[in-house]
Amino acid sequence: MRKKLSVVWKTLSVLLLIYTIIGGLLLPVPRLDIVNETIRALYFHVPMWFGMITMFTISTVYSILYLRKPTSDRDIVAVEFAHAGLMYGILGILTGMIWANYAWGSPWHGDPKQNGSAITTLIYLAYFVLRSSVDNREQKGRLSAVYNIFAFAAMIPLIFIIPRMTSSMHPGNGGNPGFNMYDLHSSMRMVFYPAVVGWILLGIWIATVRTRLRKAEEKILDMEYEKNN
Amino acid sequence: MPVIWSALFWMVILSTLVSAIAKSFVMERSGATIYLYSLAAPTEIIIAKILYGFLLCSAICCTGFLFFSVVLNNPIQDVPLFLALLILASFGFSASLSVLSAIASKTNNSSVVMAVLSFPVLIGILLESIKVTKNCIDGLDRSVSMDELITLGAINLMVTALSYLLFPYIWRS
Repeated sequence: MRKKLSVVWKTLSVLLLIYTIIGGLLLPVPRLDIVNETIRALYFHVPMWFGMITMFTISTVYSILYLRKPTSDRDIVAVEFAHAGLMYGILGILTGMIWANYAWGSPWHGDPKQNGSAITTLIYLAYFVLRSSVDNREQKGRLSAVYNIFAFAAMIPLIFIIPRMTSSMHPGNGGNPGFNMYDLHSSMRMVFYPAVVGWILLGIWIATVRTRLRKAEEKILDMEYEKNN
Repeated sequence: MPVIWSALFWMVILSTLVSAIAKSFVMERSGATIYLYSLAAPTEIIIAKILYGFLLCSAICCTGFLFFSVVLNNPIQDVPLFLALLILASFGFSASLSVLSAIASKTNNSSVVMAVLSFPVLIGILLESIKVTKNCIDGLDRSVSMDELITLGAINLMVTALSYLLFPYIWRS
């Protein structure tokens, strides 16, 4: 039953992403000044942030679970979802830079939204630095779980609150219209929502594969340790 | 140049505060720590550390402001608001640096880890403070800075609540 379910959502993810790439590049979009065809970045750039938030939320939930009852499995899940979230964050910054190059004139503007997302990547990079500087496995899990919860809380104002309060050029911030104004055309919604679901499922898939790999590595290490002693 | 004044001021304050508050756990001798933990509950210790750090930070910020206005000049037009900002920012710096210092003190290379961990977390508080500083220098109406001050207060509350909840887990080792 569980295996069947995993086949279903993984297939769904692949199908949705194929649809996103074909439909996102070929289906009609509204003609707007300045933005023109770059509005298609909505299908690839915005889902990255939905994906990143989902991954970091799952990671934080597993960190809280780890603090309640420390098991090495929960630690691994938290780390791997943080890895996947970081990857989505970096991809989100890169896709945003490609869009900004056409819509704003240059890839990096020092916009509050750009700075906030860059600092978020720094916060999570610091999480991995912290993990690599503790030897004891249990202590490593506990300290990094605490920092992970802290990092999640520090990320929320950087991405969601500060850019909305300042003069940001980013759509949806600083009084600019968000995508809700543009995609009133139902054709854009028809690609955007599947794209979000598809990218999120892909992220979860990557994280679960890496989690299984790490668990297997740990098992091998334990077996070798037992053999040598 | 008021802009350079603001940049210089926050750079000096930030580096001073990081090294001052980082000491609250990193530089502590292990014997003293164990004695401290036998006296009080971990939640009491972190609250005490945050309050002490808050007093220390406020003192450093006010001294820095005084020194800057004597040696350079004082471009701040709305001094009471700026002092209120210094107090709010001090609390935020103290709360986040105390708990990060506790994390860093358990690692192998604590001073480096402390620098790596604290910088990105503090940026949020710093950005808001710089914005309010600019409003104070321009002498804008106080209602303009209200949003930033409320955000700062909210960040302070959140960081303090997290420190209070999470500190017992750091300490348990």
